[in-house]
Order: sequence, then C-alpha cells, then structure tokens
Amino acid sequence: MDIELRGISKRFGPVQANQDINLEIRAGEVLGLLGENGAGKSTLMNILSGLYSPDSGDIIIDGEKTEFSGPGDSIASGIGMVHQHFMLVPVFSVVENVILGVEPTGGADFLDLQAARAQVQKINAEYGMQVPTDSLIENLPVGIQQRVEILKVLFRSADVLILDEPTAVLTPQEVDEFFAIVRALRDAGKGIVFITHKLHEILEIADRVSVLRQGQVVGQGRPDGFSEADLAEMMVGRPVSFTVDRADSTPGDTVLRLDSINLFDGAQDPRLIDISLSVHGGEIVGIAGVQGNGQTELVEAITGLSSVTTGDISFAGRDITRASVRQRHRMGIAHIPEDRHKSGMVGSFTVAENMVLNSYYDRTVTSGVQIDWRRAQTRAAEACLSYDVRTPSVFLSAGSLSGGNQQKMVVARELERDVKLIVASQPTRGVDVGSIEYIHQQLVACRDRGNAVLIISSELDEILDLSDRIYVMFEGRIAAEFDNHSAGADRNAIGLAMAGVTPGEVA
Amino acid sequence: MSDSGTTTGQPVSSDIQALLAPAIDSRSSWRELFMLPLAALLLAMLIGALIMMATSVAPATIMQSFVAMARGSVGSLHAVSETLTAAIPLVLAGLGIGLAFRAGLFNIGAEGQMVVGGLATAIASFAITGLPIWVHLPLVLVVGLAFGALYAAIAGALKAATGAHEVISTIMLNLISFRLLDYMLRQPFIQKEGRSDPISKAVLESAELPRILGFLDANLRLHAGIFIMLAAVLLVYWLLFRTKLGFALRISGENPGAARYAGIRAGLTIVLAMAIAGALAGLAGATQVSGVLGRATPGFSAGIGFDAIAVALLGRSHPVGILLAGLLFGALEAGGRQMQVDAGVSIDLIGIIQALIIIFVAAPLLVRRIFPPLFGSRRQGREGT
Repeated sequence: MDIELRGISKRFGPVQANQDINLEIRAGEVLGLLGENGAGKSTLMNILSGLYSPDSGDIIIDGEKTEFSGPGDSIASGIGMVHQHFMLVPVFSVVENVILGVEPTGGADFLDLQAARAQVQKINAEYGMQVPTDSLIENLPVGIQQRVEILKVLFRSADVLILDEPTAVLTPQEVDEFFAIVRALRDAGKGIVFITHKLHEILEIADRVSVLRQGQVVGQGRPDGFSEADLAEMMVGRPVSFTVDRADSTPGDTVLRLDSINLFDGAQDPRLIDISLSVHGGEIVGIAGVQGNGQTELVEAITGLSSVTTGDISFAGRDITRASVRQRHRMGIAHIPEDRHKSGMVGSFTVAENMVLNSYYDRTVTSGVQIDWRRAQTRAAEACLSYDVRTPSVFLSAGSLSGGNQQKMVVARELERDVKLIVASQPTRGVDVGSIEYIHQQLVACRDRGNAVLIISSELDEILDLSDRIYVMFEGRIAAEFDNHSAGADRNAIGLAMAGVTPGEVA
Repeated sequence: MSDSGTTTGQPVSSDIQALLAPAIDSRSSWRELFMLPLAALLLAMLIGALIMMATSVAPATIMQSFVAMARGSVGSLHAVSETLTAAIPLVLAGLGIGLAFRAGLFNIGAEGQMVVGGLATAIASFAITGLPIWVHLPLVLVVGLAFGALYAAIAGALKAATGAHEVISTIMLNLISFRLLDYMLRQPFIQKEGRSDPISKAVLESAELPRILGFLDANLRLHAGIFIMLAAVLLVYWLLFRTKLGFALRISGENPGAARYAGIRAGLTIVLAMAIAGALAGLAGATQVSGVLGRATPGFSAGIGFDAIAVALLGRSHPVGILLAGLLFGALEAGGRQMQVDAGVSIDLIGIIQALIIIFVAAPLLVRRIFPPLFGSRRQGREGT
C-alpha cells in the first residue's frame, strides 16, 4: 500500500503546525521522519491516523483520494500507529491485549480465544518477534511490550506502520533486535514511518528520509546522501556541533561519596542496593541505564528528597546523610530534575518566579519575610541573558516557553549560583538539538571550572559524549563502572551491562 | 523570538531592561477577570427571568423585580449599607477559601470555622467584663480568629499526618460545629437568662463593632468590620504575592512536585494554609456576631461560609477578585430582600441566580461562545495550545 500526502497544512490558532507538506510512504520501505520537538511530526502523524483533519491538502492511498473522519477510518484503511507511550492493560495477557477492541467471536457472540491465539502466534512467528503470547503484560520487559503494540496493529491488518520514537525506551541491544523486526516488516512489504530525533538511527534503518522544521519539509532523500551533520543542520536550521569539545579531565578532591547506600521503599521493597560511588571535582560522571533501574531513587537520595535506609553520603568531606533538601542546596548541590513539568518548574508562574523556585528564601532575594521581587526579577533577567533563555520578558509564564527554553531556564537557575556539585537528571529530555548542544556545553564548562558533575541519562549517547567515568545501573545496583577518557568506553559492554549481563558472563 | 540576547560575555543592561518590561498579556487577563463574571451575571439573570416566566409571573412583575433588586442593592444609602454589610463576612471567609485554594486545598469548612469563631467571640463578648472598648473589641475579634484557625488546623493536621482528605474532614467538622453550637447555647453560663430556647447572652457594648454610619441614620447597619475586611484583602494580597510563605503556598498549590523539589515541607504548609483560612473564616463569624447579630443563635452562620466558596471561585482565588465577587453577592443578597418586598418574588430565586453565576463562571468556554465579542480576540490563541 502506498500513501501520498499532498500539500497538507494544519493550523492551530497562531501556530502553523504543518505547512504544505508532501510526503510519500511506499510499500516495502522505511521512511525516516526526522524533526525536533514541535517541528510538526506529531501533528502530521495524527492527521494520518485520523485524529486531526487537515485544513487543506489530500491524503491519497493507492492513487485514491481518501478522507478520514476519525481514527477508525484510518485503521480500516490499513494504517497502524505505535505510540511512544504504550497503551496496554498490564493485567491482561499478550493475546488479550492484542485482540482488545476487535475480539474474534464464535457462535452466539462468545469470545473465541483459541482462534485469536492462533492468529496472534502466526503473526508473531512470521516476523520473528518472539513474544510469549500468554504472559501478562506486567511481567514483560519494555522491549517486548513494544512488540505487543506492533502485534496489535498487525492484527488489525495494518499495511503501513507509524512508529513514534520507538527506541526511546530501549537498550542498545534491544534497539538492534527491534531494527531486525523493522527490517522483517519492510521485507514483507509493509510501509513504515519511523519517527525519531536520533540521527544515527535514521542513517541505519531508513531507506528514505524526510526532515521537518517548523511545520515544513526542509529536506528529503536517501540517507546515504547525508551525513549526520547535514541532517542536524536541516533539523535545526544552522550548523550544530555534535561532539562536545571536552578535554581530558583533571579530577580533584572527592566532592560526593556514597558509601553502601541501601534504600527500601516501604518495608521490604529494595530500590537501591549497596551503592557506593564517588564524584570528584573537575569530573563528569555519567549514570547509564534503562529507565526505572533506580536512577530516580539515586538522585532523590543524593539531593535529600528521600532518606536512605542504610549507608552514608558525604559531600565535600561533610556527612550529609541526614541533611534536608535545603541544607544540601545551600551547601552547593544543584539539582536539575528529571522531569521539569513534574518538579522543575511551575508552568503558570512567571520566568522570574521560576528562577527563584528553590532559593526564594535565600537572603540575597529577601527582605525580612518578604521576597524582594525587583531584585529577583533583575537577577532572572541576567540569568536569561547569560544562559540563552529566549523569552521576551521575565514576566511571561514559564509554560509559554518552548521546551528547550524551559529546560535552559531550569539549567540557568541551577548553575547561576555558586555550586560544587551538579546533579543533572535527564538534562536534555524533550529538548531541541540546539538547546541540547548548549546545555552540554554548559555542563562541560561547569566541570572545567572544577565542579563535580553527575549526569543521569537514559540516552547512552549523551552519557558517552559527556562523561569521564560511567557507572551503569541495573535493578537498583551499580552493575559496572567504565573509564571513558580519550580512549572511550566500550559501547557494547555498557549496553550489555544495561541489560543486566555482568562482564564475567560475557567472557 | 529575537536573537537580541547576547549569549557571550557580560549581559548588556539594555537587554536586561527589555526583559524586565511587563509581558504583553497581562492586560487582557484583567479584562478576562472582569468580563467573565459580568457575562455570567447577565446570563444568570436572563435565566432567572425565564424561570419567573415559566412560573407565570407577569412580565411587568419580572421587570419590577429586577428594578427592585437594583434599588435594594445600590439604589439608596440604606441599600448600599445593606450590600456592604452582607459582603463583609462573605469577603473575609472567601479570602480564606481562596488562599487555601491557592495552596491546593479545598476548604469546605468555612461555615464550621465561622460557627466556632463566632461562638468563641460571643462568649468572650459577654463573659469578660469591665474592659474598655479599645481592649475588649480587639480581644473578642482575635478570640474568634484564633478559634477559627485552630478548628481549621484540625483538618490540616489530619491531612498532613494521615492523608485524610480535607473535603471529607471539613464537612464533618462543619456538622460537629453545628451541633456544638446548639449544645453550647443551652449551657447555663451561655444561655440568655430566662430563656428556654437556645440563644446566647447579648454581646456587651464594649465588644460591639460600632456602626459607622449611625450618625446619619440609626438604621444603617454598616459596621466597622468593613475596615477589617479591606485590611484583610490587602493583607492576603501581600501574603500571597509578596512574602516567602505566600510563595511557598502557591508553589505547593500549583505543583506539589515542585514544592517537594524546592524543599518546602508539605505537612507544615498544609497546616499553615488551613489555619490561615480558618482564621479568616473565624474572623467572618466574629464580625457577624459582634457587628450585626449581637449574640450567637442557632444557625447564625446562615450558609455564609458556603456562599463564600462561590465567592472565592468567582473571584478566581485572587484577593481583589474575591472583594468584587463578595460585593456582588452582598448586592444580590440585599437586592433579593427588596425584590421579595416589592415584587413578591421569592428570595429562593436569588439563590438560583447565584448558583447559575457560578456554573457559568465554571464553564468559561460556554460563556465565550455566547458572548464572542467580549473575548473574540483571545479565543483562538487559547484553544491553539
């Protein structure tokens, strides 16, 4: 099945989300769709899956002009969407999840589970997906859950699959296996739209690539005609440097030390198990690992948001195991939280208010019980300028800034004061390429000023680009430690450690 | 989005000045603050008229009743006095509810906090004797404030310690306060001598909020509580938007995750916010007892603490908005009484109109649809995101 999008435009109020977009999706081909957040990828795919109708332009399927009045039409015509966030019922089995909504029935409208299972298993085998069809979803790893989502759309006889940021939740090994499935699908004649912002993935898997920027297609072609730098420049609209300029570090004194940290949630649910690590001044240490392996708990333990069950934490030679969030903040621990919307900022507050979110009680911005807003605002304006936060005014609500600028605002707040340790959790999640580059430079600059930097990220590339040393977390433990000086750490070995394979087993 | 920001080196002071210029959308948000309630009021009155027509009230009487409402609320000095008198406890309790809202707490218990505060004020007003007015009056008001604060703090402490939802606990505390009032009013040292019905002794003159327009006409009920109300508006504004505590309350209300991140202690914040809310409601009860009623009687709170929830909603939890909303509700109250007298229309209709206003305010999209010219320029932008 071939789909052609011709002159698609869609406008939301003042925002032109898609403008005159032409795109071809062909059977037996992987189309890589590349673009930053807000470039219009999601809008375009929502048009294709029938959620939005375009203001103008046509969707042409196999030469016939088609109009969708809802997602049902899109599915019926053979388009299947695999969302970034899975839509599965955890306590249902794989088969039950796959058939949900299109249950095959026998006589008298009884559920025909046998027929369903047979059909699911057939699809499963056809593309080599190796999904245990009778397991409950909640017992399956994320990588397998994703395949269940693919089974779902195949079960609904999709000929074109839209994969929205499918690798965001996978380990490098899982990505390899996932790519094998994508290739099997392609070879079986399916058309695939692969949405991502990771350039190397496009180069590896896509047969053709289209780059979106500000709602328009700014480049198309075969990936072998482009380098990563070309693609990035098209995406951002200016040349981007990828390799972070990073000289070898000269580690100083130990700034942060964790000694046999254990953290239990409730009575007996271990979240952190026997963690010992250290971060020195003038050093960036990266924590790699698939999301949900204790990284969040580790950050909370270091920043004082949760107290550890056993073990000691020391900072600049002082024991801070029982210190409060504010005490640690005052001592010079900066914290860039993993989810700015959940905890890093208040969207309805102004930029100036957000800039003092966790230091409003500090003498430098208060007079008595009052906050000296004039001083806070001036300081916010200065921080906006020196950290490239693009806002017309510090009185604008933070929620109205772009994701990249929101994150730079958080980074500016944490770095503009005098700190010794920066705990940066997912510092560039949901941020455009230009801002990623900027934030990375700032973190390296912090290191070069002699500060200790701890970066926690589920993007292995980010860890490899920035870190001098790398710890890998798996199921609440430090699974491995790697040196990442000029020689560079072994990407494959880190990937295996992320998947829980210990170095001993590899050899 | 310009690139005027210097990304390297020392920031230029003119760039800082540009960033410190007020944001563009602050004016239209003020317009929204006024236009929405106004449109809601018009719609509610329209539906009120329809209800009257449906119950075969003559069109002339309907007109007459709206004229009476205007006359009774703003048509004379006496009407204005009545409007303001009714507004005082509504604004005070509304401020408390609005402040709790800002901190993310739904305080349904203003009514009970008024009862407890007002009862405490009444007792202090006749039990303590021999004090001059400039000592006795402030004392009884502070007693009402303190008891309201303590009573609300119970719900706050329960939530902080055990997670008990404040909506449930304040509703229950309301029920307790009503029965407590009835019980206390029969106690010998409270009950008025020679009466078998539950009614307290009268407030001593030294504990009465003086009528400030008494020199014009002894029937003008407006009392000095109006100054307390205005001071409270300013104080709450200052607290919310100028102080550290207010900022912490607002962070907690808008984003509990961010409050935790900023090291704000959630439990303490909850108890404090409830206590301040209760203090304001207690003060509302105190001014009512000391300024209007002169004694405590069963049900003296008269649902004001519940109407105040509507006032806080209508005022968007902003002190100035709450002041205006309280004045509007005070006017409806005073006008409604006149409507009943002049046109013979039941005061229940006023209750219906009040409730309709709240529904329309709570459904802003509906009002925008009906009155597009008032909001037209903003509508598209809003829905886009």
